[in-house]
Amino acid sequence: MSVYDLFLEPLTYDFMVRALASTVVASMVCAVLSCWLVLIGWSLMGDAVSHAVLPGVVLAYILGAPFALGAVVFGFLAVALIGVVRDTSRVKEDAAIGIVFTTLFALGLVLISVTPSQTDLNHIIFGNLLGVDLSDLIQIGVLGAITLALLVLKRRDFTLYAFDPTHAHAIGLNPRLLGAALLGLLALTSVVALQVVGVILVVAMLIIPGATAYLLTDRFGRMLVIAPAFSVLAAVAGLYLSYHLDTASGGMIVLVQGAGFTLVYLFGPRHGIVGKRLAKRRRDAVRAA
Amino acid sequence: MSTEDALLTGHDLVLAHHERAVVDGVSLSLRAGTVTALVGPNGSGKSTLLRSLARLHKPREGSVQLGGRAVWGGNALSGKEFARQVTLLTQHRPTPSGVSVRDVVSYGRYPYRSGWRGVDVDGAAAISRAMALTGVTPMAERGVDELSGGELQRVWLASCLAQQTSVLLLDEPTNHLDLRYQVEILDVVRDLAGEGVAVGVVLHDLDHAAIIADEVVLLSEGTIVATGDIGRVLTSEHLSQAYGVTVHVANDPVTGAIHCRPLGRYSPRPA
Repeated sequence: MSVYDLFLEPLTYDFMVRALASTVVASMVCAVLSCWLVLIGWSLMGDAVSHAVLPGVVLAYILGAPFALGAVVFGFLAVALIGVVRDTSRVKEDAAIGIVFTTLFALGLVLISVTPSQTDLNHIIFGNLLGVDLSDLIQIGVLGAITLALLVLKRRDFTLYAFDPTHAHAIGLNPRLLGAALLGLLALTSVVALQVVGVILVVAMLIIPGATAYLLTDRFGRMLVIAPAFSVLAAVAGLYLSYHLDTASGGMIVLVQGAGFTLVYLFGPRHGIVGKRLAKRRRDAVRAA
Repeated sequence: MSTEDALLTGHDLVLAHHERAVVDGVSLSLRAGTVTALVGPNGSGKSTLLRSLARLHKPREGSVQLGGRAVWGGNALSGKEFARQVTLLTQHRPTPSGVSVRDVVSYGRYPYRSGWRGVDVDGAAAISRAMALTGVTPMAERGVDELSGGELQRVWLASCLAQQTSVLLLDEPTNHLDLRYQVEILDVVRDLAGEGVAVGVVLHDLDHAAIIADEVVLLSEGTIVATGDIGRVLTSEHLSQAYGVTVHVANDPVTGAIHCRPLGRYSPRPA
Protein backbone atom coordinates (compact mmCIF):
# COMPACT_ATOMS: atom_id res chain seq x y z
CA MET A 1 0.00 0.00 0.00
CA SER A 2 1.51 3.28 -1.10
CA VAL A 3 1.55 6.58 0.73
CA TYR A 4 -1.07 7.76 -1.72
CA ASP A 5 -3.39 4.89 -0.83
CA LEU A 6 -2.84 5.47 2.87
CA PHE A 7 -3.25 9.20 3.18
CA LEU A 8 -4.51 10.83 -0.01
CA GLU A 9 -6.90 8.31 -1.50
CA PRO A 10 -9.40 8.75 1.36
CA LEU A 11 -9.40 12.48 0.72
CA THR A 12 -10.77 12.01 -2.77
CA TYR A 13 -14.11 11.66 -1.01
CA ASP A 14 -15.67 14.96 0.05
CA PHE A 15 -17.13 13.41 3.18
CA MET A 16 -13.64 12.42 4.30
CA VAL A 17 -12.33 15.92 3.75
CA ARG A 18 -15.14 17.34 5.87
CA ALA A 19 -14.60 14.63 8.47
CA LEU A 20 -10.90 15.42 8.62
CA ALA A 21 -11.50 19.15 8.97
CA SER A 22 -14.04 18.75 11.76
CA THR A 23 -11.81 16.24 13.54
CA VAL A 24 -8.88 18.65 13.51
CA VAL A 25 -10.96 21.57 14.82
CA ALA A 26 -12.79 19.59 17.49
CA SER A 27 -9.72 17.77 18.80
CA MET A 28 -7.75 21.01 18.99
CA VAL A 29 -10.42 22.98 20.86
CA CYS A 30 -11.13 20.12 23.25
CA ALA A 31 -7.43 19.69 23.97
CA VAL A 32 -6.83 23.34 24.83
CA LEU A 33 -9.81 23.37 27.19
CA SER A 34 -8.74 20.06 28.70
CA CYS A 35 -5.55 21.65 30.05
CA TRP A 36 -7.62 23.77 32.44
CA LEU A 37 -10.07 20.99 33.27
CA VAL A 38 -7.19 18.74 34.32
CA LEU A 39 -5.59 21.59 36.24
CA ILE A 40 -8.71 22.63 38.19
CA GLY A 41 -9.74 19.04 38.76
CA TRP A 42 -12.87 19.52 36.71
CA SER A 43 -12.66 16.26 34.77
CA LEU A 44 -15.81 14.97 36.40
CA MET A 45 -17.48 18.29 35.68
CA GLY A 46 -16.44 17.91 32.04
CA ASP A 47 -18.03 14.48 32.05
CA ALA A 48 -21.20 15.88 33.59
CA VAL A 49 -21.63 18.88 31.35
CA SER A 50 -20.80 17.03 28.15
CA HIS A 51 -23.48 14.43 28.93
CA ALA A 52 -26.00 16.87 30.32
CA VAL A 53 -26.12 18.88 27.10
CA LEU A 54 -27.94 16.02 25.36
CA PRO A 55 -31.52 17.05 26.24
CA GLY A 56 -30.63 20.63 25.33
CA VAL A 57 -29.43 19.61 21.91
CA VAL A 58 -32.48 17.44 21.29
CA LEU A 59 -34.84 20.22 22.40
CA ALA A 60 -32.97 22.66 20.17
CA TYR A 61 -33.49 20.24 17.30
CA ILE A 62 -37.22 19.98 18.04
CA LEU A 63 -37.62 23.76 18.32
CA GLY A 64 -35.36 24.50 15.37
CA ALA A 65 -32.95 26.49 17.53
CA PRO A 66 -29.17 26.31 17.27
CA PHE A 67 -27.69 23.26 18.99
CA ALA A 68 -25.18 25.48 20.78
CA LEU A 69 -27.95 27.43 22.53
CA GLY A 70 -29.62 24.30 23.87
CA ALA A 71 -26.29 22.88 24.94
CA VAL A 72 -25.24 26.01 26.85
CA VAL A 73 -28.62 26.30 28.60
CA PHE A 74 -28.52 22.68 29.75
CA GLY A 75 -24.84 22.87 30.60
CA PHE A 76 -25.57 25.68 33.06
CA LEU A 77 -28.73 23.99 34.27
CA ALA A 78 -26.71 20.89 35.10
CA VAL A 79 -24.12 22.87 37.04
CA ALA A 80 -26.80 24.81 38.90
CA LEU A 81 -28.62 21.60 39.84
CA ILE A 82 -25.37 20.00 41.00
CA GLY A 83 -24.74 23.04 43.20
CA VAL A 84 -28.24 22.96 44.65
CA VAL A 85 -28.13 19.24 45.48
CA ARG A 86 -24.65 19.58 46.99
CA ASP A 87 -25.41 22.68 49.07
CA THR A 88 -28.87 21.82 50.33
CA SER A 89 -28.54 18.13 51.18
CA ARG A 90 -26.11 15.74 52.80
CA VAL A 91 -25.12 14.39 49.39
CA LYS A 92 -21.51 15.12 48.47
CA GLU A 93 -20.48 16.74 45.21
CA ASP A 94 -19.37 13.62 43.32
CA ALA A 95 -22.69 11.93 44.03
CA ALA A 96 -24.57 15.11 43.10
CA ILE A 97 -22.72 15.20 39.78
CA GLY A 98 -23.51 11.54 39.14
CA ILE A 99 -27.19 12.01 39.88
CA VAL A 100 -27.71 15.18 37.86
CA PHE A 101 -25.86 14.30 34.69
CA THR A 102 -27.21 10.78 34.34
CA THR A 103 -30.75 12.04 34.90
CA LEU A 104 -30.38 14.77 32.31
CA PHE A 105 -28.74 12.31 29.91
CA ALA A 106 -31.65 9.94 30.44
CA LEU A 107 -34.05 12.80 29.70
CA GLY A 108 -32.19 13.29 26.44
CA LEU A 109 -32.54 9.62 25.54
CA VAL A 110 -36.26 9.71 26.26
CA LEU A 111 -36.70 12.88 24.21
CA ILE A 112 -34.89 11.22 21.29
CA SER A 113 -37.12 8.19 21.50
CA VAL A 114 -40.28 10.27 21.13
CA THR A 115 -39.00 12.71 18.52
CA PRO A 116 -39.81 11.82 14.95
CA SER A 117 -36.97 13.00 12.78
CA GLN A 118 -35.45 12.57 9.37
CA THR A 119 -31.89 12.71 10.63
CA ASP A 120 -31.02 10.02 13.06
CA LEU A 121 -30.74 11.64 16.48
CA ASN A 122 -28.73 8.67 17.65
CA HIS A 123 -25.89 10.33 15.78
CA ILE A 124 -25.77 12.87 18.59
CA ILE A 125 -25.02 10.07 21.01
CA PHE A 126 -22.44 8.17 19.00
CA GLY A 127 -21.22 10.84 16.64
CA ASN A 128 -21.58 10.90 12.91
CA LEU A 129 -18.25 12.00 11.62
CA LEU A 130 -18.68 10.69 8.11
CA GLY A 131 -22.07 12.39 7.83
CA VAL A 132 -20.85 15.91 8.57
CA ASP A 133 -22.30 18.22 5.93
CA LEU A 134 -21.18 21.69 4.98
CA SER A 135 -23.46 23.50 7.44
CA ASP A 136 -22.27 21.22 10.26
CA LEU A 137 -18.70 21.95 9.31
CA ILE A 138 -19.34 25.71 9.35
CA GLN A 139 -20.93 25.44 12.79
CA ILE A 140 -17.99 23.43 14.09
CA GLY A 141 -15.57 25.93 12.59
CA VAL A 142 -17.30 29.03 13.97
CA LEU A 143 -17.89 27.64 17.47
CA GLY A 144 -14.40 26.22 17.56
CA ALA A 145 -12.85 29.52 16.54
CA ILE A 146 -14.82 31.48 19.15
CA THR A 147 -13.96 29.02 21.92
CA LEU A 148 -10.30 28.83 20.99
CA ALA A 149 -9.97 32.62 20.70
CA LEU A 150 -11.52 33.21 24.13
CA LEU A 151 -9.38 30.54 25.76
CA VAL A 152 -6.15 31.78 24.25
CA LEU A 153 -6.79 35.50 24.79
CA LYS A 154 -7.95 35.06 28.36
CA ARG A 155 -5.61 32.21 29.22
CA ARG A 156 -3.89 34.02 32.10
CA ASP A 157 -7.21 34.86 33.70
CA PHE A 158 -8.45 31.30 33.44
CA THR A 159 -5.17 29.97 34.78
CA LEU A 160 -5.33 32.28 37.78
CA TYR A 161 -8.89 31.24 38.41
CA ALA A 162 -7.91 27.60 38.14
CA PHE A 163 -5.30 27.98 40.85
CA ASP A 164 -7.20 29.97 43.42
CA PRO A 165 -10.55 31.71 42.88
CA THR A 166 -10.12 33.68 46.12
CA HIS A 167 -6.77 35.03 45.07
CA ALA A 168 -8.17 35.78 41.63
CA HIS A 169 -10.86 37.88 43.30
CA ALA A 170 -8.31 39.58 45.51
CA ILE A 171 -6.38 40.84 42.50
CA GLY A 172 -9.43 42.24 40.79
CA LEU A 173 -10.65 39.37 38.65
CA ASN A 174 -14.24 38.24 38.73
CA PRO A 175 -14.14 34.54 39.64
CA ARG A 176 -17.87 33.96 39.19
CA LEU A 177 -17.68 35.33 35.67
CA LEU A 178 -14.58 33.27 34.88
CA GLY A 179 -16.10 30.08 36.27
CA ALA A 180 -19.29 30.68 34.30
CA ALA A 181 -17.26 31.45 31.18
CA LEU A 182 -15.34 28.19 31.50
CA LEU A 183 -18.58 26.27 31.92
CA GLY A 184 -20.08 28.03 28.91
CA LEU A 185 -17.02 27.18 26.85
CA LEU A 186 -17.26 23.60 28.09
CA ALA A 187 -20.82 23.38 26.81
CA LEU A 188 -19.87 24.97 23.47
CA THR A 189 -16.94 22.59 23.11
CA SER A 190 -19.24 19.67 23.75
CA VAL A 191 -21.30 20.80 20.76
CA VAL A 192 -18.19 21.10 18.63
CA ALA A 193 -17.04 17.59 19.50
CA LEU A 194 -20.47 16.04 19.49
CA GLN A 195 -20.50 15.45 15.74
CA VAL A 196 -17.06 13.93 15.83
CA VAL A 197 -17.20 11.38 18.62
CA GLY A 198 -20.71 11.73 20.02
CA VAL A 199 -21.97 12.92 23.38
CA ILE A 200 -20.81 9.85 25.27
CA LEU A 201 -17.18 10.08 24.19
CA VAL A 202 -16.74 13.86 24.20
CA VAL A 203 -15.40 13.68 27.71
CA ALA A 204 -12.48 11.56 26.49
CA MET A 205 -11.33 14.34 24.23
CA LEU A 206 -11.80 16.78 27.12
CA ILE A 207 -9.55 14.88 29.51
CA ILE A 208 -7.04 12.65 27.71
CA PRO A 209 -5.04 15.37 25.88
CA GLY A 210 -4.63 17.55 28.97
CA ALA A 211 -3.71 14.58 31.14
CA THR A 212 -1.20 13.35 28.56
CA ALA A 213 0.44 16.76 28.26
CA TYR A 214 0.56 16.99 32.05
CA LEU A 215 2.68 13.83 32.08
CA LEU A 216 5.07 15.32 29.55
CA THR A 217 5.80 18.76 30.96
CA ASP A 218 5.86 20.71 34.20
CA ARG A 219 5.07 24.01 32.51
CA PHE A 220 1.50 25.04 31.88
CA GLY A 221 2.49 27.13 28.85
CA ARG A 222 3.94 24.02 27.20
CA MET A 223 0.88 21.97 28.11
CA LEU A 224 -1.16 24.37 25.99
CA VAL A 225 0.98 23.43 22.97
CA ILE A 226 1.54 19.74 23.63
CA ALA A 227 -2.08 18.88 24.38
CA PRO A 228 -3.56 20.12 21.08
CA ALA A 229 -0.64 18.74 19.07
CA PHE A 230 -1.09 15.31 20.65
CA SER A 231 -4.85 15.48 20.33
CA VAL A 232 -4.92 16.43 16.65
CA LEU A 233 -2.29 13.84 15.75
CA ALA A 234 -4.10 11.05 17.59
CA ALA A 235 -7.52 12.07 16.26
CA VAL A 236 -6.36 12.22 12.64
CA ALA A 237 -4.61 8.87 13.05
CA GLY A 238 -7.81 7.48 14.51
CA LEU A 239 -9.85 8.78 11.59
CA TYR A 240 -7.51 7.21 9.02
CA LEU A 241 -7.43 3.92 10.90
CA SER A 242 -11.20 3.82 11.04
CA TYR A 243 -11.31 4.41 7.26
CA HIS A 244 -8.85 1.66 6.43
CA LEU A 245 -10.07 -0.83 9.03
CA ASP A 246 -13.71 0.07 8.45
CA THR A 247 -14.44 0.68 12.13
CA ALA A 248 -16.48 3.29 14.00
CA SER A 249 -14.70 6.62 13.54
CA GLY A 250 -15.60 8.23 16.88
CA GLY A 251 -14.62 5.14 18.80
CA MET A 252 -11.37 4.80 16.86
CA ILE A 253 -10.35 8.41 17.55
CA VAL A 254 -10.81 8.01 21.29
CA LEU A 255 -9.11 4.63 21.21
CA VAL A 256 -5.99 6.09 19.59
CA GLN A 257 -5.96 8.97 22.10
CA GLY A 258 -6.23 6.47 24.93
CA ALA A 259 -3.41 4.40 23.40
CA GLY A 260 -1.31 7.58 23.12
CA PHE A 261 -1.91 8.34 26.77
CA THR A 262 -0.89 4.80 27.70
CA LEU A 263 2.39 5.12 25.77
CA VAL A 264 3.19 8.41 27.49
CA TYR A 265 2.17 6.97 30.85
CA LEU A 266 4.61 4.10 30.37
CA PHE A 267 7.46 5.65 28.41
CA GLY A 268 7.21 9.40 29.02
CA PRO A 269 10.72 10.79 29.53
CA ARG A 270 10.06 12.52 32.86
CA HIS A 271 7.05 10.96 34.52
CA GLY A 272 6.81 7.66 32.61
CA ILE A 273 6.52 4.56 34.79
CA VAL A 274 9.15 2.58 32.88
CA GLY A 275 11.60 5.47 32.80
CA LYS A 276 11.24 5.98 36.56
CA ARG A 277 11.81 2.27 37.24
CA LEU A 278 14.92 2.20 35.06
CA ALA A 279 16.31 5.29 36.73
CA LYS A 280 15.71 3.78 40.15
CA ARG A 281 17.39 0.51 39.15
CA ARG A 282 20.38 2.48 37.82
CA ARG A 283 20.61 4.44 41.08
CA ASP A 284 20.41 1.23 43.11
CA ALA A 285 23.12 -0.36 40.96
CA VAL A 286 25.38 2.64 41.47
CA ARG A 287 24.76 2.54 45.20
CA ALA A 288 25.49 -1.22 45.33
CA ALA A 289 28.74 -0.83 43.39
CA MET B 1 -7.77 56.89 67.12
CA SER B 2 -6.81 59.43 64.47
CA THR B 3 -8.59 58.86 61.19
CA GLU B 4 -6.73 61.52 59.24
CA ASP B 5 -4.17 59.20 57.70
CA ALA B 6 -6.48 56.19 57.68
CA LEU B 7 -6.25 54.37 54.35
CA LEU B 8 -8.71 51.55 54.79
CA THR B 9 -11.56 51.81 57.25
CA GLY B 10 -14.50 49.70 58.29
CA HIS B 11 -17.50 51.46 59.84
CA ASP B 12 -19.97 49.66 62.10
CA LEU B 13 -19.50 46.43 60.17
CA VAL B 14 -22.00 43.64 60.60
CA LEU B 15 -20.80 40.53 58.78
CA ALA B 16 -22.81 37.36 58.47
CA HIS B 17 -22.31 33.82 57.22
CA HIS B 18 -25.72 32.83 55.91
CA GLU B 19 -27.98 34.12 58.69
CA ARG B 20 -25.52 34.06 61.57
CA ALA B 21 -23.73 37.32 62.36
CA VAL B 22 -20.04 36.61 63.02
CA VAL B 23 -18.98 40.24 63.31
CA ASP B 24 -21.41 42.57 65.00
CA GLY B 25 -20.82 46.30 64.84
CA VAL B 26 -17.04 46.62 64.50
CA SER B 27 -15.20 49.74 63.33
CA LEU B 28 -11.49 49.94 62.66
CA SER B 29 -8.94 51.89 60.63
CA LEU B 30 -5.70 50.82 59.02
CA ARG B 31 -3.23 53.68 58.81
CA ALA B 32 -0.15 54.25 56.69
CA GLY B 33 3.04 52.92 58.25
CA THR B 34 1.13 51.15 61.01
CA VAL B 35 0.79 47.44 61.70
CA THR B 36 -2.63 46.60 63.11
CA ALA B 37 -2.99 43.08 64.45
CA LEU B 38 -6.39 41.39 64.67
CA VAL B 39 -6.37 38.79 67.44
CA GLY B 40 -8.94 36.73 69.25
CA PRO B 41 -10.10 33.17 69.79
CA ASN B 42 -11.35 30.83 67.05
CA GLY B 43 -14.66 32.03 65.66
CA SER B 44 -14.21 35.56 66.99
CA GLY B 45 -14.68 36.89 63.47
CA LYS B 46 -11.16 38.17 62.83
CA SER B 47 -10.65 36.40 59.49
CA THR B 48 -14.10 37.40 58.29
CA LEU B 49 -13.35 40.98 59.28
CA LEU B 50 -10.11 40.87 57.29
CA ARG B 51 -11.87 39.36 54.27
CA SER B 52 -14.42 42.14 54.45
CA LEU B 53 -11.67 44.75 54.40
CA ALA B 54 -10.22 42.88 51.40
CA ARG B 55 -13.52 43.23 49.50
CA LEU B 56 -14.13 39.48 49.69
CA HIS B 57 -17.02 39.54 52.14
CA LYS B 58 -19.82 42.01 51.60
CA PRO B 59 -21.05 43.49 54.89
CA ARG B 60 -24.70 43.14 55.78
CA GLU B 61 -24.53 46.53 57.47
CA GLY B 62 -21.88 49.20 57.66
CA SER B 63 -19.34 50.18 55.05
CA VAL B 64 -15.73 49.76 54.03
CA GLN B 65 -13.94 52.78 52.66
CA LEU B 66 -10.62 53.03 50.87
CA GLY B 67 -9.15 56.51 50.91
CA GLY B 68 -12.63 57.88 51.53
CA ARG B 69 -14.26 56.00 48.65
CA ALA B 70 -16.83 53.29 49.24
CA VAL B 71 -15.76 49.74 48.39
CA TRP B 72 -19.34 48.56 47.90
CA GLY B 73 -22.43 50.23 46.52
CA GLY B 74 -22.94 52.87 43.86
CA ASN B 75 -19.84 54.70 42.62
CA ALA B 76 -17.72 51.95 44.18
CA LEU B 77 -14.17 51.18 43.17
CA SER B 78 -13.68 48.58 40.47
CA GLY B 79 -11.98 45.30 41.29
CA LYS B 80 -8.78 46.37 39.55
CA GLU B 81 -8.73 49.83 41.14
CA PHE B 82 -9.12 48.23 44.54
CA ALA B 83 -6.44 45.63 43.84
CA ARG B 84 -3.92 48.33 42.94
CA GLN B 85 -4.25 49.64 46.50
CA VAL B 86 -5.11 46.64 48.66
CA THR B 87 -3.75 43.10 48.61
CA LEU B 88 -4.54 40.05 50.72
CA LEU B 89 -2.42 37.05 51.60
CA THR B 90 -4.93 34.30 52.31
CA GLN B 91 -4.38 31.27 54.50
CA HIS B 92 -4.98 29.11 51.52
CA ARG B 93 -1.70 28.40 49.72
CA PRO B 94 -2.45 26.65 46.48
CA THR B 95 0.33 24.70 44.78
CA PRO B 96 -0.57 24.90 41.13
CA SER B 97 1.18 22.37 38.92
CA GLY B 98 3.21 23.48 35.97
CA VAL B 99 3.79 27.01 37.18
CA SER B 100 7.07 28.62 38.18
CA VAL B 101 7.69 30.89 41.15
CA ARG B 102 8.13 33.82 38.79
CA ASP B 103 4.72 33.05 37.23
CA VAL B 104 2.99 33.16 40.60
CA VAL B 105 4.70 36.42 41.56
CA SER B 106 3.76 37.92 38.20
CA TYR B 107 0.06 37.25 38.92
CA GLY B 108 0.33 40.18 41.30
CA ARG B 109 0.68 42.46 38.29
CA TYR B 110 -2.76 41.58 37.00
CA PRO B 111 -4.42 44.79 38.29
CA TYR B 112 -1.94 46.85 36.25
CA ARG B 113 -2.57 45.14 32.96
CA SER B 114 -5.05 46.96 30.80
CA GLY B 115 -6.95 45.94 27.73
CA TRP B 116 -7.38 42.46 26.37
CA ARG B 117 -3.78 41.51 26.06
CA GLY B 118 -2.51 43.76 28.81
CA VAL B 119 0.71 45.75 28.90
CA ASP B 120 2.40 46.51 32.21
CA VAL B 121 5.36 48.86 31.94
CA ASP B 122 6.65 48.63 35.53
CA GLY B 123 5.89 44.94 35.82
CA ALA B 124 9.37 43.45 35.54
CA ALA B 125 10.88 45.81 38.10
CA ALA B 126 8.05 45.27 40.57
CA ILE B 127 8.34 41.49 40.23
CA SER B 128 12.11 41.53 40.77
CA ARG B 129 11.76 43.76 43.83
CA ALA B 130 9.01 41.64 45.36
CA MET B 131 11.08 38.50 44.89
CA ALA B 132 14.17 40.14 46.39
CA LEU B 133 12.26 41.41 49.46
CA THR B 134 10.91 37.95 50.22
CA GLY B 135 14.12 36.13 49.35
CA VAL B 136 12.62 33.96 46.63
CA THR B 137 14.81 35.22 43.77
CA PRO B 138 17.07 32.11 43.81
CA MET B 139 14.08 29.84 43.23
CA ALA B 140 12.46 32.01 40.53
CA GLU B 141 12.44 29.34 37.84
CA ARG B 142 11.47 26.40 40.06
CA GLY B 143 8.00 24.93 39.95
CA VAL B 144 5.87 25.98 42.92
CA ASP B 145 4.73 22.39 43.45
CA GLU B 146 8.24 21.43 44.56
CA LEU B 147 8.51 24.05 47.32
CA SER B 148 8.25 23.63 51.09
CA GLY B 149 5.49 25.31 53.07
CA GLY B 150 7.73 28.16 54.16
CA GLU B 151 9.00 28.80 50.66
CA LEU B 152 5.51 28.70 49.26
CA GLN B 153 4.25 31.22 51.80
CA ARG B 154 7.01 33.63 50.84
CA VAL B 155 6.22 33.16 47.13
CA TRP B 156 2.58 34.09 47.66
CA LEU B 157 3.68 37.02 49.80
CA ALA B 158 5.93 38.09 46.92
CA SER B 159 2.92 37.90 44.61
CA CYS B 160 1.05 40.25 46.97
CA LEU B 161 4.03 42.63 47.12
CA ALA B 162 4.24 42.71 43.32
CA GLN B 163 0.83 44.37 43.48
CA GLN B 164 2.60 47.41 44.99
CA THR B 165 -0.32 48.31 47.18
CA SER B 166 -0.51 50.84 49.99
CA VAL B 167 -2.48 48.40 52.14
CA LEU B 168 -1.33 44.86 52.92
CA LEU B 169 -3.72 42.39 54.55
CA LEU B 170 -2.44 39.07 55.87
CA ASP B 171 -4.45 36.18 57.27
CA GLU B 172 -2.30 34.20 59.72
CA PRO B 173 0.87 34.52 57.64
CA THR B 174 2.98 32.56 60.13
CA ASN B 175 0.67 29.56 60.31
CA HIS B 176 2.30 26.17 59.77
CA LEU B 177 5.74 27.72 59.36
CA ASP B 178 8.73 26.80 61.43
CA LEU B 179 10.43 29.35 63.66
CA ARG B 180 12.86 30.75 61.14
CA TYR B 181 10.25 31.41 58.48
CA GLN B 182 7.91 32.86 61.08
CA VAL B 183 10.36 35.58 62.05
CA GLU B 184 11.39 36.13 58.43
CA ILE B 185 7.81 36.80 57.41
CA LEU B 186 7.26 39.08 60.41
CA ASP B 187 10.45 40.98 59.56
CA VAL B 188 9.35 41.56 55.98
CA VAL B 189 5.97 42.80 57.21
CA ARG B 190 7.62 45.19 59.65
CA ASP B 191 9.95 46.44 56.86
CA LEU B 192 6.97 47.21 54.64
CA ALA B 193 5.26 49.16 57.39
CA GLY B 194 8.52 51.09 57.70
CA GLU B 195 8.09 52.07 54.06
CA GLY B 196 4.65 53.48 54.81
CA VAL B 197 2.44 50.51 53.97
CA ALA B 198 -0.69 50.12 56.09
CA VAL B 199 -0.71 46.54 57.37
CA GLY B 200 -3.64 44.60 58.78
CA VAL B 201 -2.73 41.15 60.00
CA VAL B 202 -4.71 38.36 61.62
CA LEU B 203 -2.47 36.53 64.06
CA HIS B 204 -3.08 33.48 66.16
CA ASP B 205 0.06 33.87 68.18
CA LEU B 206 -0.26 36.77 70.62
CA ASP B 207 3.51 36.95 71.01
CA HIS B 208 3.82 37.61 67.28
CA ALA B 209 1.33 40.42 67.62
CA ALA B 210 3.40 41.81 70.47
CA ILE B 211 6.51 41.75 68.28
CA ILE B 212 5.26 43.52 65.15
CA ALA B 213 2.03 45.33 65.90
CA ASP B 214 1.63 49.01 66.65
CA GLU B 215 -1.99 48.51 67.44
CA VAL B 216 -4.02 45.51 68.41
CA VAL B 217 -7.70 44.83 67.90
CA LEU B 218 -8.83 42.09 70.30
CA LEU B 219 -12.04 40.42 69.17
CA SER B 220 -14.33 37.99 70.90
CA GLU B 221 -17.63 36.67 69.58
CA GLY B 222 -17.75 39.26 66.84
CA THR B 223 -17.21 42.35 68.93
CA ILE B 224 -14.16 44.32 70.03
CA VAL B 225 -13.00 43.59 73.57
CA ALA B 226 -10.19 46.12 73.47
CA THR B 227 -8.30 48.14 70.90
CA GLY B 228 -5.25 50.38 70.93
CA ASP B 229 -1.57 50.10 71.88
CA ILE B 230 -0.15 46.64 72.54
CA GLY B 231 0.44 47.37 76.21
CA ARG B 232 -3.12 48.54 76.74
CA VAL B 233 -4.81 45.68 74.90
CA LEU B 234 -2.67 42.66 75.71
CA THR B 235 -3.43 42.56 79.41
CA SER B 236 -4.27 39.60 81.56
CA GLU B 237 -7.75 40.98 82.17
CA HIS B 238 -8.64 41.51 78.49
CA LEU B 239 -7.15 38.25 77.29
CA SER B 240 -8.72 36.15 80.01
CA GLN B 241 -12.08 37.69 79.16
CA ALA B 242 -11.69 37.15 75.41
CA TYR B 243 -10.27 33.62 75.47
CA GLY B 244 -12.14 32.23 78.48
CA VAL B 245 -8.96 30.97 80.08
CA THR B 246 -6.62 32.59 82.57
CA VAL B 247 -3.84 34.32 80.63
CA HIS B 248 -0.70 35.46 82.32
CA VAL B 249 0.99 38.46 80.70
CA ALA B 250 4.60 39.31 81.49
CA ASN B 251 7.59 40.97 79.92
CA ASP B 252 10.30 38.66 78.70
CA PRO B 253 13.25 39.09 81.09
CA VAL B 254 15.72 39.01 78.18
CA THR B 255 14.06 40.95 75.36
CA GLY B 256 11.48 42.93 77.27
CA ALA B 257 8.79 41.85 74.78
CA ILE B 258 5.29 41.08 75.99
CA HIS B 259 4.63 37.37 76.56
CA CYS B 260 1.16 35.91 76.89
CA ARG B 261 0.80 32.51 78.51
CA PRO B 262 -2.48 30.70 79.04
CA LEU B 263 -2.59 28.89 82.36
CA GLY B 264 -3.87 25.34 82.26
CA ARG B 265 -4.18 22.96 85.16
CA TYR B 266 -0.61 21.76 84.70
CA SER B 267 1.01 25.11 83.88
CA PRO B 268 3.61 26.39 86.30
CA ARG B 269 2.12 29.29 88.24
CA PRO B 270 3.78 32.67 88.41
CA ALA B 271 5.70 33.05 91.65
